[in-house]
Amino acid sequence: MAAPLTLLLIVAVTIRAVLFRSSWAELISERVEVVSPLNAWKRVVEGLALLDLGVSPYSGDVFHEVSLSLIHFLFKSILGSDGITAVALYLSIQTYNKNVFRKQKYALESDRYPADCLELLRSPKEMFYIPLKVAMFYLLNPFTILSCVAKSTCGLNNAIIALFILCTLKGSALLSGILLALATYQSIYPLTLFAPALLFFLQRLYIPVNLRRSSFWFFTLQYAFIYVGSLVVITGLSFFLLGSWDFIPSVYGFIFSVPDLTPNIGLFWYFFAEMFEHFRLFFICVFQINVFFYTIPLSIKLKEHPVFLIFMQIAIISIFKSYPTVGDVALYMAFLPAWSHLYRFLRNIFLVSCVLLACSALFPVLWHLWIYAGSANSNFYYAITLLFNFGQILLVSDYFYAYLRREHHLTHGLYLKKKDGTEATLVLK
Amino acid sequence: DSDPVGFDSLDLNERRGRSTDAELDRRDGTRTSEALTPAAAARDEFQEELVIRPLHSGDIYASFQFRTLWDTDFLQEGQKVSHYRLFPKSLGQVLSKFSVRELHISFTQGFWRTMQWGQPFIPSPPGAELWVWFHDTVSDVDGNWKELTNVLSGIFCASLNFIDLTNTVQPSASFKPLGLGNATDHRFLRYATLPREIVCTENLTPWKKLLPCGSKAGLAVLLKSEKLFHSSFHSQAVHIRPVCQDEQCTSKAWELRQTLNVVFDLYTAGQGKKEWSLFKMFSRTLTEACPLATSSKVYVDITDNPELFELSPATPLLSQAVVLGDRRTYSVYDLSRAETFGQLRSLNLLLRWKGDGEMLRPLLHAERYVAGFGLQTGEIHTVIYNNHPYRAFPVLLMDSVPWYLQLYIHTLTVTSKSRDNKPSYIHYQPAKDRHRPHLLEMLIQLPPHSMTEVTVQFERALLKWTEYTPDPNHGFYVGSSVVSALVPSMVAMNTNFTQDQPLFSSFVPVKEESSYFVRVYTEPLLVNLPTPDFSMPYNVICLTCTVVAVGYGSFYNLLTRTFQVDEPSLPLAKRLANLIRRIRGVPLLT
Repeated sequence: MAAPLTLLLIVAVTIRAVLFRSSWAELISERVEVVSPLNAWKRVVEGLALLDLGVSPYSGDVFHEVSLSLIHFLFKSILGSDGITAVALYLSIQTYNKNVFRKQKYALESDRYPADCLELLRSPKEMFYIPLKVAMFYLLNPFTILSCVAKSTCGLNNAIIALFILCTLKGSALLSGILLALATYQSIYPLTLFAPALLFFLQRLYIPVNLRRSSFWFFTLQYAFIYVGSLVVITGLSFFLLGSWDFIPSVYGFIFSVPDLTPNIGLFWYFFAEMFEHFRLFFICVFQINVFFYTIPLSIKLKEHPVFLIFMQIAIISIFKSYPTVGDVALYMAFLPAWSHLYRFLRNIFLVSCVLLACSALFPVLWHLWIYAGSANSNFYYAITLLFNFGQILLVSDYFYAYLRREHHLTHGLYLKKKDGTEATLVLK
Repeated sequence: DSDPVGFDSLDLNERRGRSTDAELDRRDGTRTSEALTPAAAARDEFQEELVIRPLHSGDIYASFQFRTLWDTDFLQEGQKVSHYRLFPKSLGQVLSKFSVRELHISFTQGFWRTMQWGQPFIPSPPGAELWVWFHDTVSDVDGNWKELTNVLSGIFCASLNFIDLTNTVQPSASFKPLGLGNATDHRFLRYATLPREIVCTENLTPWKKLLPCGSKAGLAVLLKSEKLFHSSFHSQAVHIRPVCQDEQCTSKAWELRQTLNVVFDLYTAGQGKKEWSLFKMFSRTLTEACPLATSSKVYVDITDNPELFELSPATPLLSQAVVLGDRRTYSVYDLSRAETFGQLRSLNLLLRWKGDGEMLRPLLHAERYVAGFGLQTGEIHTVIYNNHPYRAFPVLLMDSVPWYLQLYIHTLTVTSKSRDNKPSYIHYQPAKDRHRPHLLEMLIQLPPHSMTEVTVQFERALLKWTEYTPDPNHGFYVGSSVVSALVPSMVAMNTNFTQDQPLFSSFVPVKEESSYFVRVYTEPLLVNLPTPDFSMPYNVICLTCTVVAVGYGSFYNLLTRTFQVDEPSLPLAKRLANLIRRIRGVPLLT
């Protein structure tokens, strides 16, 4: 499979290089859907210029990146981060597929599946092209291409998360902890990926997830120690690099308190632009808790399926984070081919794809009408934001429904009958 | 300590004999104990002057200066001053309470057109401008600044309470003290402008009240608001600073200068006729000098006389002064002499134009504008002209941009004659959202006879809906840039100060012979910001919470419910029947 992957990489690099050289690059790097105050390249250049002038980049409110990245940017290969992400995703999905197939084989041999759900089982033939499709979905996704051409640091964040997933799936707890700490250090939200990674390792090491067992706590503390330790080390390193703790309120305080209301594709900006001052703190807390809140319930429900949990967590972060961009959306969309076997249980896929396509097309139109033509106002752009997020939520919950339903069928049989023998319908009760 | 500036040192004992301090006890200070300490008491002094300068476009420029010297040893700590004679008590209390060393406040309506009118004697930006140097004994400068702006807002009936930390800056090089002392710690300096501030009669009245004679005698009788505000440019200012009492600087005094600059337009106030008189300008004539003043003079700039205009009534007194790098001749009308008023006992100067003339182009001139389209980004362009034919000189450009226009300093370009011109000194303090504005100060060398353009890009922020003014689509004002420079002078300037130097030439201390200090203010900018819909707070909250709730609801359903086969429920009639059957203990229906 190396040859098709290489070909895919070449095509992707070519597209990005062509766009990069054209006049569109300038336009794309200004778009608010693609760059946010947290990851715009223009702000990185501004931070470097401030450093040249002898002023701390965090003394103003223009630079919100962490300082280790400052050094890294100087050598960052912009086109390269996408390639790293794609290869990492390819390898991780390959590993995951192998795991899935092996588990399925054992379950078949021990007769755990009811007789009529054999058509739900996955064959190697169908799973053969999935890693390539995942890489393709990431590399050729217009969102990713736009994000890369705009030199947004979201690509870097995606690369770190993809490498983290790879290391987790390969079973290396140390590397996984370090990479997760790096991802958390850059933007705090990947903190929620600690739970699925932990669950994966527990499953892999055959440690039962039982709060009363010492083996559970032993491993959990080990992993937590690696994670928290690397985080502390990385934070300390950046303190020594810039000589002050300025970056903590400037980056993490900025992410949490949302002072900048630049429009983006998320839900925060207009909400806090129109918020009554009295309730601002309350709603900031509510919205931030909303991102972290689903971790525990989802982990309880999906403790046997940590990789799907990773997908769900990444999706929830991308939808509900304070400054989302299309680069974040592209990361979880890359996983969709891995769940292509769920297609028959998806209920709203047509509606969702139409909504997402239409919104993606309408974003630039309504922005232009508001900011340049002056004939629309902010409500138009806000409406499309709402619809886009609604479409994303529908997509994620649809895949969740389909996954849970397939699991139900694998345990209870595919063709269910009611008490009187007629065909039954499944509902959630 | 050395004193580079020596101000007017009048022989006070001589003046004291002429002043009528015994009669006019206007201030609520106690009577000075002249019997006890004749040398130390009653050394307050008041001088007034009016300079009339006809402009080449047919407009006329009148500049009033009222100077009160207050001899008090302000540097001594803990000394309560309750002795107010000519110096207004309200300002004196402000100075001692807030430990102010220098205070400069100006209210301006209109923009000074340098290219048409030349350089003003005392420049000021449109709107209100306040800059203050505090004593270095002050521990909480920001607290003092806040209280000071509120107190001044009450004294001058202006809305200076809008000055807060979001529009205050601490310039590092542009606003050096104009009085005694060589302070270099700019932590004690605060500068703020309110470009949106409107000046009207309400501000003029308390300003006039600060004068010793009020508006009842002397030159201040000319200050009638219906004529003053019917002008192209009106600026009133108060400047307080510590000065030396005499040339040897044995003792120090406070100097209060109240200046009022007004330019009357040829067509609106002058009815198109190139003929100006005091009555036409101010609808009053002069009848007497202020009795409390030690000198009361009217200067008329007659350098271009007799080719350009003729002046009546004639006066034998002439004076020459080097001001703004040029040697000008003035006719002087001394109001303390009775013969100035003539037989009618009123002085009405008349200037009649005879021809048109060429104006000397000012050597330094600046403009500013916003470029770009749309509500997302923009560019501020500042253009500075050096009209000197062969001399280059450096200028200090100070820009204070509000925080909601996020400047990108890496896009700063300075070009002169289409070549890059790197500034030798850049001091940039980036803005903190909702805390302080941007401050950019640069020292740029201007090549001779050239135009220098400074451009910087900015992004417009979306503010919270409560942070917009009630008329958000009017736009937001950005205060004027300040260009300060030592311009090479055509004529040698006099660094020594003589006794009879007119007030208008002694405002700015002259430290070297070959150049004079000039401060040019650019236009303020009006920038539009993207606005949210102000009628929608509830709607937005409800809609966004709905979307979040949809997410929460779907996840909640999928997490807490399990799949079950859907058994149809019995119709209502059968369910009721089952209920009765259960009570009776009879088998149920299915």
